[in-house]
Amino acid sequence: MQACVIQFPGSNRDGDVMRALEQASGKLPVRLWHTETALPQGTDLVVLPGGFSYGDYLRCGAIAARAPIMDAVRAHAARGGLVLGICNGFQILVESGLLPGVLMRNANLRFVSKLQHISVVRDDTPFTSHYHKGQPIKVVIAHGEGNYTADTDTIARLEGEGLVAFRYCDANGHIGAANPNGSINDIAGIYSPGLNVLGLMPHPENLVDHVVGGIDGRGLFESLASFHSTQVELAQS
Amino acid sequence: MKARVIVTLKEGILDPPGKAIEGALKSMDLPGVASVRQGKIFDIELTEADSAKAEALLKDACEKLLANLVVEDFRIERL
Repeated sequence: MQACVIQFPGSNRDGDVMRALEQASGKLPVRLWHTETALPQGTDLVVLPGGFSYGDYLRCGAIAARAPIMDAVRAHAARGGLVLGICNGFQILVESGLLPGVLMRNANLRFVSKLQHISVVRDDTPFTSHYHKGQPIKVVIAHGEGNYTADTDTIARLEGEGLVAFRYCDANGHIGAANPNGSINDIAGIYSPGLNVLGLMPHPENLVDHVVGGIDGRGLFESLASFHSTQVELAQS
Repeated sequence: MKARVIVTLKEGILDPPGKAIEGALKSMDLPGVASVRQGKIFDIELTEADSAKAEALLKDACEKLLANLVVEDFRIERL
């Protein structure tokens, strides 16, 4: 699987996600500077990493969403290519129009930085096949603007079409018991209608090694690697 | 030409920073304060001299970058 991690001024989890992807797929991703206008030939997955692009000036992700590379990312998504936006990457995805809604300031006004559980809403997507439906997984959260909201029609559509990817929950998987930021319906991540674009606030890339307290994040990257292997097999048969 | 763009949250959108500022003002012996909504101001200098064209340019700038129309409104004032 050839992954491409976009680096914006202020990205700071690009190295972490590259390591997680290399661990899962055996292949080191390409790191691409945001002023480029094309993705490397053969890119399967584009990752918008966490961080504080442009110092969160104007609105989180707003300036990065208008970076030169984003037209190529939009075209990749429109072709059905995989796009993963984590934390600031999720904020960039909503600002760029690749996902609906907006990430507002946390309802309690606090920057939250802690371990958190999220519930896997569905296990039949390229991002979640190594988990099971309803599984609570431990992740890291670190954000000040993760309070997902959208208009009533958009929320109804996301819920009705099964596009909610993850919900905040407690360690036992109880949804509604541990919302860290006021996000509507405990939403921690959402898919595009084609299920090829995922944006989520938590950092699965930061729990892929026992040495830092857990490996629940590995499943997401292993799911992506498996999805790609299956695609290659299908193409060859 | 100089213009001022004012971006504010739409009505009904929760504004936690505004609420915090409101709480602070109310605690400062300023009992006349009913509510506070926080917004942003951009003072912009333009090379465009034609006011209709300038207005169209600023509207475009608001829609493309300065405001997130999902949750924000904008208005443009000529200075």
